[in-house]
Amino acid sequence: MQSPLIESTAGFEARSQDTICINESHLQHKWYHNFKYLAVGVLFGIGFVKAEVISWFRIQEMFRLQSFHMYGIIGSAVMTGLISVWLIKRFGIKTLYGEPITFTPKKFNKGQVYGGLLFGLGWGLTGACPGPLFAQIGTGATVVAVVLASAVAGTWVYGRFRNSLPH
Amino acid sequence: MLEVIKQPWPWYVAGPLIGLTVPALLILGNKHFGISANLRHICASCFPANVPFFQYDYKREVWNLFFVAGIVIGGALAAYFLANPAAIQVDPRLAEELAGYGINDFSGMVPAQLYSWNSLLTFRGLIMMVGGGFLVGFGSRYAGGCASGHSIMGLSTLQWPSLVATICFMAGGFLMANFILPIILNS
Repeated sequence: MQSPLIESTAGFEARSQDTICINESHLQHKWYHNFKYLAVGVLFGIGFVKAEVISWFRIQEMFRLQSFHMYGIIGSAVMTGLISVWLIKRFGIKTLYGEPITFTPKKFNKGQVYGGLLFGLGWGLTGACPGPLFAQIGTGATVVAVVLASAVAGTWVYGRFRNSLPH
Repeated sequence: MLEVIKQPWPWYVAGPLIGLTVPALLILGNKHFGISANLRHICASCFPANVPFFQYDYKREVWNLFFVAGIVIGGALAAYFLANPAAIQVDPRLAEELAGYGINDFSGMVPAQLYSWNSLLTFRGLIMMVGGGFLVGFGSRYAGGCASGHSIMGLSTLQWPSLVATICFMAGGFLMANFILPIILNS
């Protein structure tokens, strides 16, 4: 029988290497604490719509080098993120609950190249990465639910066949 | 004030706002920004099918599903209360190219002539919505993240694999938009 520590480490490995979203908090909160993430999502979604990040036309202009708009958004978002992360590390800022904020180095694998290219092809077609898909559905473009369902199917097929894919 | 908010937001307002999501999630609970992981959580919770990739404690990731639920609500609020009354401005070169494929309705965030229930079962509709969605889901998980997890969160934490992924995202998009999409739209 595995010790709880090894089990939890195995879970962390599986999650951190296969997906960027990892939750290292060991505090147990009531489910309604998650509403604070919903609030961040609401602001983020409004920004997405109002800056037209979710517009198929803006994405097509970006890939045709016809507009600076999207480059400005991604560039200034990364700059803001860089400075924030630097400040968090520099001053050892903790979470609201006093837990340390941690970062996990990502490991390179060939998936970032093959998967990245396939994702890019899909991005150029749909004009939306996963975040904008959710926002588009919110704006009332109900047919995008089909695109989202297909993206879930794509994720499932990847998970099913990942052992036979080059990494 | 409301009139100003209803205008399309310039990049230097929206970009930093999107970037602030990174420290907001970290400070609220050491959460790492990444949206495509939710597609995996949906698989893990609804269709795990004994696939090892979907055997993990998805309940610990529920915060992220709350986050995307917020994005849906934010999209709805922006569309119904903060909508820009004017049509979306499209670069004249893009407008001219699209007109050649019979696409001249620029009123929505997605082109109504391509993205609608009516066009779902046309060749273009199937390729763009079903095919495109599949590539987005398959590719982002294969790459270990999408534009949020790699291009924003990964670059913000100076992860070079995320830079590789971002360059590949852009290369794939350039290839599609400039060389493959014209063939699809012409069909």
